[in-house]
Amino acid sequence: MSASNSRTANAAPTIVLVGHGMVGQRFLEALAERKVTETARVVVFCEEPRPAYDRVQLTSYFSGRTPDELSLVEDGFMARHGIELRLGDPVESIDRAARTVTARSGLTVTYDTLVLATGSYPFVPPVPGKDSDGCFVYRTVEDLLAIEEYAKNRTSGTVIGGGLLGLEAAGALKGLGLTTHIVEFNPRLMAIQVDEGGGAALRRTVEDMGLIVHTGVGGKEITADGDGAVTAMTLSDGSSIDTDLVIFSAGVRPRDQLARDCGLDVGERGGIAVDETCRTSDPAVYAIGECALAADGRVYGLVAPGYEMAEVAADAISGDTAGDATGGFRGADTSTKLKLLGVDVASFGDAHGTADGCLDVVYSDSRAGVYKKLVVGADGALLGGVLVGDAEAYGMLRPLTGSVPPVAPEQLVLPAGLGAPAALGPSALPDEAVICNCHNVTKGAIRSAVTDHHCTTVPEVKKCTKAGTGCGSCVKALTSLVNDELEASGVSVDKGLCGCFAYTRAELYEIVRTLRITSYAQLLDSHGRAEAREGDGCEVCKPAVGSIIASLAPTLGASGYVLDGEQAALQDTNDHFLANLQRNGSYSIVPRIPGGEITPEKLIVIGEVARDFGLYTKITGGQRIDLFGARVDQLPLIWARLVDAGFESGHAYGKALRTVKSCVGQTWCRYGVQDSVRMAIDLELRYRGLRSPHKLKSAVSGCARECAEARGKDFGVIATSNGWNLYVGGNGGADPRHADLLAQDLDDEELIRLIDRFLMFYIRTADRLERTSAWLERIEGGLDHVREVVVEDSLGLCAELEAMMADHVAGYRDEWAETLGDPERLRRFVSFVNAPGAPDPTVKFVPERDQVKPDLTILSGPTLPVRTLEGTASR
Amino acid sequence: MTMAPMAPERTVVRVELLVDQRWFAVCELTDLTPGRGVAALLPDGAQVAVFLDRSGRAYAIANRDPFTGAYVLSRGLLGSAGGRPFVASPLLKQRFDLETGRCLDDETVTVQAYATRTHEAVSAQVA
Ligand code: SRM
Ligand SMILES: Cc1cc2nc3c(=O)[nH]c(=O)nc-3n(C[C@H](O)[C@H](O)[C@H](O)COP(=O)(O)OP(=O)(O)OC[C@H]3O[C@@H](n4cnc5c(N)ncnc54)[C@H](O)[C@@H]3O)c2cc1C
Ligand code: SF4
Ligand code: FES
Repeated sequence: MSASNSRTANAAPTIVLVGHGMVGQRFLEALAERKVTETARVVVFCEEPRPAYDRVQLTSYFSGRTPDELSLVEDGFMARHGIELRLGDPVESIDRAARTVTARSGLTVTYDTLVLATGSYPFVPPVPGKDSDGCFVYRTVEDLLAIEEYAKNRTSGTVIGGGLLGLEAAGALKGLGLTTHIVEFNPRLMAIQVDEGGGAALRRTVEDMGLIVHTGVGGKEITADGDGAVTAMTLSDGSSIDTDLVIFSAGVRPRDQLARDCGLDVGERGGIAVDETCRTSDPAVYAIGECALAADGRVYGLVAPGYEMAEVAADAISGDTAGDATGGFRGADTSTKLKLLGVDVASFGDAHGTADGCLDVVYSDSRAGVYKKLVVGADGALLGGVLVGDAEAYGMLRPLTGSVPPVAPEQLVLPAGLGAPAALGPSALPDEAVICNCHNVTKGAIRSAVTDHHCTTVPEVKKCTKAGTGCGSCVKALTSLVNDELEASGVSVDKGLCGCFAYTRAELYEIVRTLRITSYAQLLDSHGRAEAREGDGCEVCKPAVGSIIASLAPTLGASGYVLDGEQAALQDTNDHFLANLQRNGSYSIVPRIPGGEITPEKLIVIGEVARDFGLYTKITGGQRIDLFGARVDQLPLIWARLVDAGFESGHAYGKALRTVKSCVGQTWCRYGVQDSVRMAIDLELRYRGLRSPHKLKSAVSGCARECAEARGKDFGVIATSNGWNLYVGGNGGADPRHADLLAQDLDDEELIRLIDRFLMFYIRTADRLERTSAWLERIEGGLDHVREVVVEDSLGLCAELEAMMADHVAGYRDEWAETLGDPERLRRFVSFVNAPGAPDPTVKFVPERDQVKPDLTILSGPTLPVRTLEGTASR
Repeated sequence: MTMAPMAPERTVVRVELLVDQRWFAVCELTDLTPGRGVAALLPDGAQVAVFLDRSGRAYAIANRDPFTGAYVLSRGLLGSAGGRPFVASPLLKQRFDLETGRCLDDETVTVQAYATRTHEAVSAQVA
């Protein structure tokens, strides 16, 4: 095959990179930054079928991140820098004498400089049966796809290895719904990172989550059925576990075979030997990342040291060592902080206390699953530590490593409220302290990004310094440093809602309330940013202000109907059409079914309407019924029938009260102690139509068994034999949170009064699209503060909050009934302004399981390019 | 001499788009709400999204959202960025410049934009 020869006179030198993983990509970026790509030809061989992606975040695939979203390569990067990337074409041999590499495709390329970044492979212990169907490793996107596919219809899985990756893999199996075992040869989990106490705390928490942990035993044999598929595994103590799937996560080994084959020096226990500039025993060949055996005699299994090697090698290759004060890669910090299965685990520095004369300071609360240990040297300097269950302090402790901390070490491990120091934030750190471990960025560099490079936002600082773009664990510290620095340099930090308003949602709420503003245009022109006044606003602030005006309407005496006058232009399409837009442009309809209770007659009407209009019908996760596939022009016809039968809008489209779920309660259930259905209906009818910063959900359970899942709701009520317990701030969704107990044993009246106050206080002070859970975590003082305000009335606000809720209840009218009664309002429900009777021909359906589904041949691709809106809130 | 009563006349302002070099009336100005859009059919069956901004200017772009394939751009929210009006798709929120049809969030994507004018006409009301 063609051999491209680059060593002829005047030709650009050729750099060949073998392996396009995390470190390989970082190396290419480093070459581009040093403009080496402008003069050299760069050829990259990538074994995997896709360009470099974020392996560290691999597991997030199971929480919905697509492989494309994991990509580390900016669009157009290769083309912009003229880099030739060969996907799915691994290098098979190196001829150092001829300076060529030959790939599987047969292509041979001559190099001037060769860089090996081949990473590691997962070690699979020689257990009999290890090649059966259902045995996997956990390293690449392809591995995860295969595991996901195989786990379908299977019930149990085992992970061999209880280290970092093993726990991550176990979490993934659990998430796939399998009964999950972890088998660890060492006497404790994460033996490398944590000590015995930490291991015990970790084990307890992991077991509480329903995982089955076997420590001190190894896998002895894997049994398979007649088809060769895994069925069970025998352990070294003779016991056996039934399992359909096995993941080996027993450590990794450097991929140094290519180097061995061409006679480069490798370490006794593997790894391509390199010097401090990452050069191998052949000066034309470099090795970086997990495949390299660094000059300090270690092979690093973490990405941060690999990134450092990539920079060092790029420096050496570009002949630019000026920017490299330390003169090369000598070793790196192996500190880690992770959230494993939802448990914070961190270890840093000399975590095992190996230094002479060092002492431990330990705090342990086994009930809460918290364990913290600091290792302090004879001179009082902090040497390292282990944090399990609460790793909040990691961001501050790690940079302090090596120095004597400004407060006594025991104060650093105590939980807040038990003599912990007044917030010892990143401001207390010296400039040399490394804030972002992944990219080795110091506090000084972050400060200079603000002062010298004029960055004014966290995203700008991230882009400028790369800090915070790796594992993300430093972002909190980063944000607080950037804000401190901005404030110090007199720049006020922009907390504004969007490009149109410099105020937060809560501030706008106060402005609207006190100045009695009833129109968006009025607010924009009087309180918008100068450049936004008289303009059209934007898609962030319009619905937010619309919601504020709607929440306050009963109190301001303005119209509460969301489609009146200018209000109509503010609403997202869902609120505008009082229905939920679906992916093919049709809408779904959710009538309110208070408390989930419904008569047979009403059920029949829903059935008839769905049948007559050909709507897809589904029971929702919120105890009601959703009818999908209505065209815009059908909405009024459908609602005319529903309103006739006594249904009202369920506000599934609005940032408003959604459902109050109920369990069947005392009336029927043998355990029930209160009438939960009646209470759920009362609450749903009381708060229906209430507009809020985000949607509101509730549930009422008839006893502590909690069948209504009230603790997953914004406000949840659980019956006791003495009355009701009120919980607040619960959330399902992407970031679930259990609600906290606000008050106990309330009677009906007390319960409703407290909920009135709680909701109005939330509506008044929350950010745009901030659920009660996030709000409760954000506001200063948290739950205690909320309790003081709404239970103890510390701000003297309660009477006002209650009065506002009374206004809401009195002012409630069903939006759909009002819409149907007004021909002017009905005019918008047409597919085409110039052909009011014509249905939209692009809204098409095809049959599925005896109903219909959207005909999506019109869809563009498999990934959804969802745009995240700017602004103060994340969702 | 008294004139026989004429059919009642009224002045309407029509919104017209330039389609194949000819002005085509899609609706009356009063059919539009500032800050919102409507969908309309062109003679060849193509769908356009017609908008009115706060200052009373009309804009028109193709109704099909290129990111999802659904014909929904007319149902997005209007805004302005740097003095230029845009609509944000109601599905996945990408923004499109109303004058040029250029997507502000992905420079490789553009939808067709139409020139518009408002045109006064006198119409005899048909009883
Ligand atoms: C229809 C339904 C799914 C179903 O078929 O069961 C549904 C459908 C949608 N959910 Fe949901 N959610 C539905 C129950 C839930 C539940 C379960 C529950 O309420 O008990 C949850 C978790 C509980 C919670 O909210 O805490 C839920 C958590 C979410 C979230 C995540 C919220 C969060 O705080 O993390 C979103 C996204 C968002 O709101 O930003 C979401 C967003 C959506 C949207 C609005 C997405 C969208 O913008 O299109 C979907 C609208 C569909 C439609 O057109 O009707 N949906 N969604 C359920 C309607 C219940 C109802 O009767 O109103
Ligand atoms: C699930 C998981 C979680 C992790 N979590 C963390 C974490 O929290 N923190 C952390 O620091 N690290 C973590 N790591 C480790 C981190 O991913 C690695 O340290 C990092 O990917 C190493 O980068 P690399 O480029 O050296 O190797 P890799 O990213 O493995 O890339 C090497 C690439 O070279 C390719 N290759 C090999 N041989 C050839 C050949 N002959 N020809 C062409 N291509 C070849 C391979 O296919 C691979 O794509 C995690 C790893 C996994 C799997
Ligand atoms: S219904 Fe809910 S979970 Fe299902 S796709 Fe829509 S938003 Fe996601
Ligand atoms: S420490 Fe990982 S991104 Fe900063």
